[in-house]
Amino acid sequence: MRYLPLTDTDRADMLAKIGANSIDDLFVDVPAVAQLDGPIRELPMHASEMTVERHMKARANKNLAAGDAPFFLGAGAYRHHVPASVDTVIQRGEFLTAYTPYQPEIAQGTLQMLFEFQSQVSRLYGCAVANASMYDGSTACWEAVAMAGRVTRRHRAVLSGALHPHYSQVVKTMAQFTGDTIADAMPAIQTEPDNAGLISRIDDDTACVVVQYPDILGRISDLTELADAAHAKGALLVVVNTEPVALGAIKSPGEMGADIVVGEGQSIGVGLQFGGPYLGLFAVRDPKHVRQMPGRLCGETTDAEGKRGFVLTLSTREQHIRREKATSNICTNSGLCALAFNVHMTLLGEKGLRELAAENHRLACIAADRLEQIPGVSLLNSAFFNEFTLQLGGKPARDVVRSLADRGVLGGVSLDRLYPGVAGLEDALLVAVTETTTEEDIETLAKELEGVLS
Amino acid sequence: MNAPNKSGWKPEMQVSEDGLHNGPSTTTGNRALMLEEPLIFEIGHAETTGVDLPEIDPDAPNRLGGFDRSDPIGLVGLTEPETVRHYTRLSRQNYGIDLGFFPLGSCTMKHNPRLNEKVARLPGFADIHPLAPQQSVQGALQVIHELGDWLMKLTGMPGVAMSPKAGAHGELCGILAIRAAHTARGDARQVVLVPESAHGTNPATAAFAGYKVEDIPATPEGRVDLEAIKARLAPDVAAVMITNPNTCGLFEKDFREIADAVHAVGGYVYCDGANFNAIVGRVRPGDLGVDAMHINLHKTFSTPHGGGGPGSGPVVFSEALKDFAPLPVVRKTADDSYELVEEEGRKHRGQSFGRMTAFHGQMGMFTRALTYMLSHGADGLKQVAEDAVLNANYVLRSLEDILHAPFADSGPCMHEALFGDKDFGGGLSTQDLAKALIDEGYHPMTVYFPLVVHGAMLVEPTETESKASIDQFITAFRSVTERALAGDETMKQAPYYAPRRRLDETQAARKPKLAWQDPEPSA
Repeated sequence: MRYLPLTDTDRADMLAKIGANSIDDLFVDVPAVAQLDGPIRELPMHASEMTVERHMKARANKNLAAGDAPFFLGAGAYRHHVPASVDTVIQRGEFLTAYTPYQPEIAQGTLQMLFEFQSQVSRLYGCAVANASMYDGSTACWEAVAMAGRVTRRHRAVLSGALHPHYSQVVKTMAQFTGDTIADAMPAIQTEPDNAGLISRIDDDTACVVVQYPDILGRISDLTELADAAHAKGALLVVVNTEPVALGAIKSPGEMGADIVVGEGQSIGVGLQFGGPYLGLFAVRDPKHVRQMPGRLCGETTDAEGKRGFVLTLSTREQHIRREKATSNICTNSGLCALAFNVHMTLLGEKGLRELAAENHRLACIAADRLEQIPGVSLLNSAFFNEFTLQLGGKPARDVVRSLADRGVLGGVSLDRLYPGVAGLEDALLVAVTETTTEEDIETLAKELEGVLS
Repeated sequence: MNAPNKSGWKPEMQVSEDGLHNGPSTTTGNRALMLEEPLIFEIGHAETTGVDLPEIDPDAPNRLGGFDRSDPIGLVGLTEPETVRHYTRLSRQNYGIDLGFFPLGSCTMKHNPRLNEKVARLPGFADIHPLAPQQSVQGALQVIHELGDWLMKLTGMPGVAMSPKAGAHGELCGILAIRAAHTARGDARQVVLVPESAHGTNPATAAFAGYKVEDIPATPEGRVDLEAIKARLAPDVAAVMITNPNTCGLFEKDFREIADAVHAVGGYVYCDGANFNAIVGRVRPGDLGVDAMHINLHKTFSTPHGGGGPGSGPVVFSEALKDFAPLPVVRKTADDSYELVEEEGRKHRGQSFGRMTAFHGQMGMFTRALTYMLSHGADGLKQVAEDAVLNANYVLRSLEDILHAPFADSGPCMHEALFGDKDFGGGLSTQDLAKALIDEGYHPMTVYFPLVVHGAMLVEPTETESKASIDQFITAFRSVTERALAGDETMKQAPYYAPRRRLDETQAARKPKLAWQDPEPSA
């Protein structure tokens, strides 16, 4: 067995030192009823590296990779080019095989990286402080709702109808158990986000208003009026962003008055990976809210010789110290994904992120213009960044997506998959375009979509 | 300062006034291969980038609705060579399993096989979208199903939820299923019992799910007090959460009896599976009466810890709970294809407590974990547990003569050996011993956990260490222990040879500096 260094001689010597006759002597405390008499029969025996690789490759080959087809899926996960050096860095064993930096003197690599990451995220979001990351955007969204409850001592969250439905489902799942009231809604299929409708649902018991920016339909909302309306009622504005590249082109949520900004960081450095692991981002605009934040925080300090160094800090908020009184039960962060984000964002820098955002938007505009020309297809959005909603003139978008896949085109995400069976949403198709999309891809999608719809 | 000690160890370093050892200070602050590295904000520029993208065309169509970001974001960039060097230099200030022995108890720092990394990067796994049409991702759904099947067979449990993102998220999944099951029969139980030796995530999870948490004491031999549990069991108890093997490194002998007693009052048994690596392939938790248990793929099944995550925490369920599992689930259909069931109220999952996360779980960890399982097979996984337990007992019996081992007489340990700081001289603490181990080239064991032992030191060697490696560690550990017993004051300032000396955590918390602040422009 290639991963097990002990030899039979070692094992015998060690048993002798321990004073045991056989390995079974070390398992005497396991009741007989639970002792197996040998390897589990329903499972295969060990296999060589070559055999295992063949087994796994056979499964990988059954999937159509995004890079092997014209590809237009988004809805919370985006395909971007990740520079080769990102993977080189995250595969360094000193990062890959390190643990949580509980011994900071020998974990400065991870800690300094986290400090840089927190700094990048807080700037991107227009906030004062970001944490060292959460599991993903959807769980970060729930944590923001829970935090707003702690800050305002209220227990009602108002969700925008255009919040990613998986995110609102996560919030509703958790609220069943915490007793919070969640006021949610279905997305209004209209050109502009329904801010007036959202504002009308804020009351004096509201802890927070949760809005996605750009929203699930790709629309861009004026957060300032939402922030003002929330603050007037003593509520916090929580803004969710699922496409960080957008913030290289559009105003940050923080500068428009958001109190807590959370999101999915997958676009920068992490890759699609069928939905995970991803990277939850979490930031607060006002530093006074730091002590109510969930998750790990890295802070600057000095060592005994006065040199600058970094440590995990304010951990009295966390479960390993506070146990049942912690701000969250979260234990891990998404460390290696945070590193990938940190490296990719460093490669981009201000200039690169702005150029990346501009290129996404340029291609999205080309795609929107081209697809809108197809008979029966209309563009919903007045404004968008790199994702927009098409209406297919009454044709069920879910079927259209399947037919496009049969023609080798991954053409988008149907709203019906996200909101099954909701009347009025069946013919809506979300189309995402990034720098990896070519004009040829757009033309292929247009032709095939026209074919499917005719 | 060179206090004598029994091992004959003599600190040789001379600390000069400027804090450097064995030589003059350097201009750069570097010491040969020990290299200082600034923050990106100190070396990068807003105009510098390491990617080649088209210049922005100011006349290009703009449909951003007037929300253009005009103010500087405040990011800095580096070119690729600068970036690679920056992170390479940072990496060298980190300790990892690849570098050396990493006996962090309860964290299971075993070797991360590189085949796993290779497989996870196959484009058919790494470059597929979670909402891709199901016909285009059959192989990915098959992997999720296959891994779930392995987990059920290894644990002897009939249900599995694959979406939890990490161990604590898995705990939440299990507790929510328990709560949903009680609610389904109109039973509003309020209390979860948690042993005092539990991981902090257990009480935090139960509280997060709206339960009142009550502590259960440990017996003097380091196990859950069966009589205390029995005495407390009543119809208000929703569940017990027990780690088995427990955080003292012992198997809970009475687990089956506890489970039966809990079931008798209508409660459920949550098992924290953080330490499943000690019994994998040899013992099935399902045979012990477990109703729900999370499995840390990053512990037992070797997916990398990555400096603190990402984890992955699938949960296995008993017959009583499996219908309450979260969505989505992957089902195998009659025609041997795979279906992702995402929707509530349809198909067979009417009682699911709902969705815990966007999409379907940590696919990148699933591919790695399944690769690991296939590599080991049923026989290899059994050997994993046996070697892990053998190594831990070898450490325990090689140190118990000089180090306080509170549960040395409680029978064999499982995958980790627990020690305390009794009899340390000169006011020295576990912390000092840990920092001295750093100077010896080791990552310290887990310290001050579990809370039931004073100055706890939890040593988990794992099965991927050779006997030679463990022997060398034992020698080093004995030497620092002898110094601690002798009250060697030099230990109070350790580490001496790490990239940083002891860091001031109080200062960090008192005046938090959590993000880079640009210096004021000089006048």
